[in-house]
This record gives sequence, structure tokens and C-alpha cells, in this order.
Amino acid sequence: MPSLKDLKNRIESVKSTRKITKAMQMVAAAKLRRAQEAAEAGRPYAERFNAVMAGLAAGAADSESAPKLLAGTGSDKTHLIVVMTAERGLCGGFNASIARKARIRIEELLAEGKEVKILTVGKKGRDMMRRDLGQYFVGHVDLSEVKRIGYGNAQDIAKDILDRFAAGEFDVATIFYAEFQNVVTQIPTAKQIIPAAYDEGEEGDEDAGAGALYDYEPSEDAILADLLPRGVATQIFTALLENNASFNGAQMSAMDNATRNAGEMIDKLTIEYNRSRQAVITNELIEIISGAEAL
Amino acid sequence: MADNVQFDLVSPERRLASLEASSVDIPGADGDMTAMADHAPTITTLRPGLLKVHHAGGTDEYLVSGGFAEITAKSVSVLAEMAAPRAEVDGDMLGRLRDEASARAEQVKGQDVEEAAAHKTLADLDALGRELNVSV
Repeated sequence: MPSLKDLKNRIESVKSTRKITKAMQMVAAAKLRRAQEAAEAGRPYAERFNAVMAGLAAGAADSESAPKLLAGTGSDKTHLIVVMTAERGLCGGFNASIARKARIRIEELLAEGKEVKILTVGKKGRDMMRRDLGQYFVGHVDLSEVKRIGYGNAQDIAKDILDRFAAGEFDVATIFYAEFQNVVTQIPTAKQIIPAAYDEGEEGDEDAGAGALYDYEPSEDAILADLLPRGVATQIFTALLENNASFNGAQMSAMDNATRNAGEMIDKLTIEYNRSRQAVITNELIEIISGAEAL
Repeated sequence: MADNVQFDLVSPERRLASLEASSVDIPGADGDMTAMADHAPTITTLRPGLLKVHHAGGTDEYLVSGGFAEITAKSVSVLAEMAAPRAEVDGDMLGRLRDEASARAEQVKGQDVEEAAAHKTLADLDALGRELNVSV
């Protein structure tokens, strides 16, 4: 049985842990709001962009001269898996769930005899997969110094990926990230970005503009060639923003749980402490009384 | 006065403007164009340049670079990778764009079409700098 002093120390230590988790929860909540705003602000661009691209892609997909970014290289031998996770932990199963989703896909691909290359964005995903999949790593993007994710970050990642594609390093690229549903649910998502897959269904019934026949200037092909690389950056930017919001949501709820658990633990320890104290007092009384009786 | 068009200017990071405009001057890749109500549906890519929005309260000017404009009879949506109100534009901003463009020109050296395109972007930026009286 622990001594009273031990129990007291224990309670103090749990209390300071609770203070930390509580503070982290509040920081995450504030960051989450900002991340959500950023994700919201980025949405109109991504939606319009995808709607226009869907229209363009549908027209060009069948033609012989379709750009490689849209039509693919004609093979699907080598896959680039881009695993986007957070730079930090203490966020429940957030990083693990993305890594798991990517790992399942990688194992499938390997079983099919495909080649796999892994690009990690965010330290946690790299740490998690390094042990058994380390030999497939081709690169890592460090965002730990980035305070606020900007479009520039997405452009850098996109440029890296596009350069590799141009050099013929891979045929298909898929990004893995967590889509933000709400504070407690983040859905690990896989999205193929090269060759680009724009589904028309979602945005098909946009406002008046959709469905109209457009004049293209300079030409349809030139526009497509100009916009496809930008599309990659846009998709990555969306994923980064979603991921950021998801991370803060996950961290907030993880820290909320931790704070509650710490509270319960403090209650339990306090009861134990009081009981032991009582037992000590009773013990002393018994000693005094039996001492008095013996006289 | 003809009808107005719904004008939207969005960049990946934010929505810069959403208002009723009477006409919009767009720096298209093949040359400037002005979009008014009942314009034929057009999609054009942008060159780095000044976007001018004429509306009831005056004229707003924005620096835009990279992206495209989608014009329909009732709306003009400009999706620019980089967009900023003219007041925010300074030498640094143009300098950054110019550095990127010259890096690109260096990178595609020898590939005729790409190199020409990169040099056109550089020239566009220089012209823009002169127009804005900003030294790079």
C-alpha cells in the first residue's frame, strides 16, 4: 500500500497533467476554428476549378493527344503513394488511421506485383512506416516549420510530384489524407491525383454556366495543359487544409478525453488518499486506547 | 445601361471579391478582353496582369497571375493562383513572381515551346511592372 506522501505526489502529478491536456485542448480548439475557416475559404476555388476541369477532361479524355497527366502513361506499373499526416502526435488515432489505410493499399499493390514508391508529408507518417516500408521511401516533405499552410506549400509538393512524373518515376499517384467530417470523425481518404480523375457527377448541376458550350482561348488543349499541373496543386492544397482541420479536431477530442480521464483518476486517488488517512488516524486511536487500558 | 454580371474573384486561399459588375477587363493569355453581360461562354487562361472590375461604386483593380477566367452570359469567375488588390502589390511581390518565372525559363531551356512561354511570362511581368510603376 502506497504511503500518504506517495498518494499526495501522485495526485499532484495527475493534476499537472490535466492542466497540460486542458491547455492543449483549448489551443487545438482555437486552431481548429482557424483551420476550418481556411478550409472553407479554399472551397470555392477548388469547387469551381474541379467543375471546369471535369468539363474539360470529359471532352479531352477520348482524344489521342490527351496529356499524360490526364490519360496516364499507359501503364500502371509503378505507384507513388503520398502519405499526408501531421507533424505532431497527441491526437488519438489520427496519424495511425491514415498510415493504416495507406499500408493496406501498399500491401495490395505489392501483392499484385506492382512497384511502390512512398512520399511522406508530415513526420508522423514517416516514423510510423519507416520500420517495415522504409525501403520504398523516395522523399519526405517537412512542414514542421510551417505555421500557416499556404498555397505555396501545396505548390512545392505538387512541383516535387510533377517533376518525378515528368522524369518517368511513376505512373499513378495517390494521396492519402484525412477528410474532415466533424470534430470527432475524420475519414482517412485515398484520392488518385495522377492520372487526374475528375468526376463530373458531383458538380454537374452547378449554376447557369455548367453544360454550356464554351469558347476556349487560347485552345482547349493549351488550357488543359496549363491547368492540369495546377489541378494537382489544388488537390494537394485541399488535402492539406482538410488534413490540418482533421488533425486539430482529432487532437481536440483526444485531449478532451485525456482531461476527463485525468479528472476521474484524481477523484479515485483522492478517495484512496482519504481512506488511508482515515485508517492511519484510526490506527493511532487504537494504539492510544489500548495503551491506556494496559495501565 | 446593360445588365450587370456577377463577378467572383477567388484564389486558393480566399475569396477576394464577389459583386455585381458592369464590365470586367481580363488579362487573357492571348490578349486582354472585356467581359460584359451576355458575353459568349468563354474560358481563357490568364497571363500575369491587371484585372479591372468596373462596377457601380467605381473600379477595382487586382493583380492576378496563373489560373483562368470562366465567362458566361451572367457571370465572370476568375480563378487565379495568385491574386491581390492593387494596393497590396509592391516590388517584392513582383520580384518573387519574376524570380519564379526566370527559374522556370532556366529549367526549360532548349525546349522551344516551353521556353518561349516562360519568356513571354517574363515579358508580361516586366510590362506589368512598368504599368504599375513598381521597380523590380
